[in-house]
Amino acid sequence: MSDKANLVAGRSGPFEVVIGMEVHAQVVSEAKLFSGASAKFGGGPNAHVSLVDAAMPGMLPVINEACVRQAVRTGLGLNAQINLVSVFDRKNYFYADLPQGYQISQFQQPIVGEGSIRIDLADGSSHEIGIERLHLEQDAGKSLHDQHPTKSYIDLNRSGVALMEIVSRPDLRSAEQAAAYIKKLRSILRYIGSCDGNMEEGSLRADVNVSVRRPGAPLGTRTETKNLNSVRFITQAIEYEVQRQIEIIEDGGEIIQETRLFDTQTGMTRAMRSKEDAHDYRYFPDPDLLPLVLEQALVDELAGQLPELPDQIRARMTEEYGLSSYDAAVLTEERETALYYEQASSGQDRKLVANWMTSELFGALNKAGLDLSASPVGPEQLGRLVALVSDGTISGRIAKDVFAEMFESGGEPEQIIEEKGLKQVSDSGAIEALIDQVLADNQDKVDDYRGGKDKLFGFFVGQVMKASGGQANPGMVNQMLKAKLDA
Amino acid sequence: MSVDKDTVKKIARLARIAVPEDQTETLAGELNGILNWIAELEQVDTEGVPPLASVTGHPLPLRADQVTDGEQPESVLANAPEQASSFFVVPKVVE
Repeated sequence: MSDKANLVAGRSGPFEVVIGMEVHAQVVSEAKLFSGASAKFGGGPNAHVSLVDAAMPGMLPVINEACVRQAVRTGLGLNAQINLVSVFDRKNYFYADLPQGYQISQFQQPIVGEGSIRIDLADGSSHEIGIERLHLEQDAGKSLHDQHPTKSYIDLNRSGVALMEIVSRPDLRSAEQAAAYIKKLRSILRYIGSCDGNMEEGSLRADVNVSVRRPGAPLGTRTETKNLNSVRFITQAIEYEVQRQIEIIEDGGEIIQETRLFDTQTGMTRAMRSKEDAHDYRYFPDPDLLPLVLEQALVDELAGQLPELPDQIRARMTEEYGLSSYDAAVLTEERETALYYEQASSGQDRKLVANWMTSELFGALNKAGLDLSASPVGPEQLGRLVALVSDGTISGRIAKDVFAEMFESGGEPEQIIEEKGLKQVSDSGAIEALIDQVLADNQDKVDDYRGGKDKLFGFFVGQVMKASGGQANPGMVNQMLKAKLDA
Repeated sequence: MSVDKDTVKKIARLARIAVPEDQTETLAGELNGILNWIAELEQVDTEGVPPLASVTGHPLPLRADQVTDGEQPESVLANAPEQASSFFVVPKVVE
C-alpha cells in the first residue's frame, strides 16, 4: 500500500503517513433525534430545548423517523451496507453540556456498515477510501467559557440534535488526500440533502487520526485531533502532527496515544489535559430504546428515490460529453454547478460550455464575490452565447467582450451583439476589400514578405483584424490573406 | 469476576460519587456478593442465542419529523441552581 509519492522525508529516511477520519455530520431535519424540539441553528439560549433534551427525570426518547431515513439514504450514497437491525447504546461520560451524563449513540450495531468513497486528486490519480461505518447519535450542548471569570454558561440548543458519525478506514496517505476526502464526502452529503455541509456553523466537523511509520512497517501509534471545522484546518493539523511525530521518533522518543486539540491561531496541536479514564465510556444498550428494525422495502424505496450522485454525473460528463476528468470534478463538486452546466450545455458544444464556465464565468463570479446562484448570467444565456460562437456569428474574442457586458448588465447576448454591431464579418467580399486596402498601404512589407520574411504574415493578419474592428472571421482572413500574398 | 478496592475507587470516580476510603473494603464485598448472585445465570447455556433486547416484541416506535416541543426556557431552567440570561451557569469547566 505504500506509495512513493506520499512519503515524507525525515532526517533519517522517509516516513509513511496513515490517516483515518471520523466526521460528524449534522442531519438535516426539522426536529431533534429523540425529541420534538427544533433542530434549527441559533435561537435564544435554551430556546430549542425540550425536557427530554435537558434530561429531566422520567423523560423518554422517541426516535425521529426522518433522521433514520437520512442515515439510510447517506449509507446508500456511500455504497454501504444498510443494517436492518441496529441498536442504540449509552456512551457514558461527564461534562457540563451533556445533561444526561451519557450520549445516545450506536456502538456495536450501527445503522450503516462498510462502504467506500472515491477521491480524485489534482495529479489525475483516483483512490478508493474505505468507510468503516456510519451511526446515528446525539449532539451535546454548548459551553461558553468567556462570559464569566469562574463560571461556564451552558446552552442546550444543540443538545439532542441528530448527528451522523461517518468513520473512514485508515486508508488516507496525505493531507491532500484527507482534504479531497472531506470535500467529496461533503459533496455527497449535499447532493443527498442529508447534511447542509456548512462547516462554519459546525454542521460538518472532523476528528483526524494520524500516525507515521517507516514504509512497510506495522502501523505506528496514532493521535486523534478533535473538532476541525474547515478543510484548511484539517490540512494544517495533519501537516503539523506528521512533523511533530517524525521529530519525536527521530529523537528517540515514543508517540503517546492521546487526544489533541488544534489551535486555529497558531496552526499547532496540543494534548488535551484529560485524565486517562476519560475514554472509559462503559457503553451498554440504552434500556429506553428498542432495537431499530428497518424493512428492506423501505431501503429499496429510498434507494429508488436517491438523486444522481457526483460520481454518476462525472462519469457521464467524461464518457458522453468528452470532458476532462478535472473539468468534470470541478463541475460536479456542487450540485447547483452541475445543474447549471447541464442546462447551459444542453444542445450545445459540451466542451466549449465547460471551458466557458470554468474560465470566464467562475473567474467573473470570483472577482465579483458572487455565488453561482446569484450569477447575473443564467445558464440559458450562457448557452446561447456559446451557440453564437459555435455558429460563427461572433468570434471567441468578441464573445468575451459580450460576456463581460452580459455579466455587467444582465443583458441578452443577441441584443448586445446587435446594439454594438459586433457580428463577425464572414462576407468574403468585405474581407477581401479590407485585405486589399492593408496590402496597398503596406507595399514595402508585402515586398519583404515575398522576399522571404515569412514572419510578416502575422503582421498582416493583425492589420486586417484591426481594420475590421476585430469582427472579421479570423479563419477566413488567414485563408484569403495567404492566397493573396502567395499568389 | 471479582471487584477489589481499586475497582471500587475507579467506578466511584467515573460515576462522580464520593466514597470514603474506609468504605471501599465494605463496598467491594457487597458488590462481589451481587455479582456472584447474578453469575448464577452463567450456568444457562446461551450458545447461539441472540441477545434479547425486549420481551414485548414491539418494534421501536418512530416520531414524525415535526417541531412539537421547546420554546420554554423558563421551564427548562426552573430547577437550575444558577442561571443568567437563560443560560445554565456552572463552575468553570474548560479544556
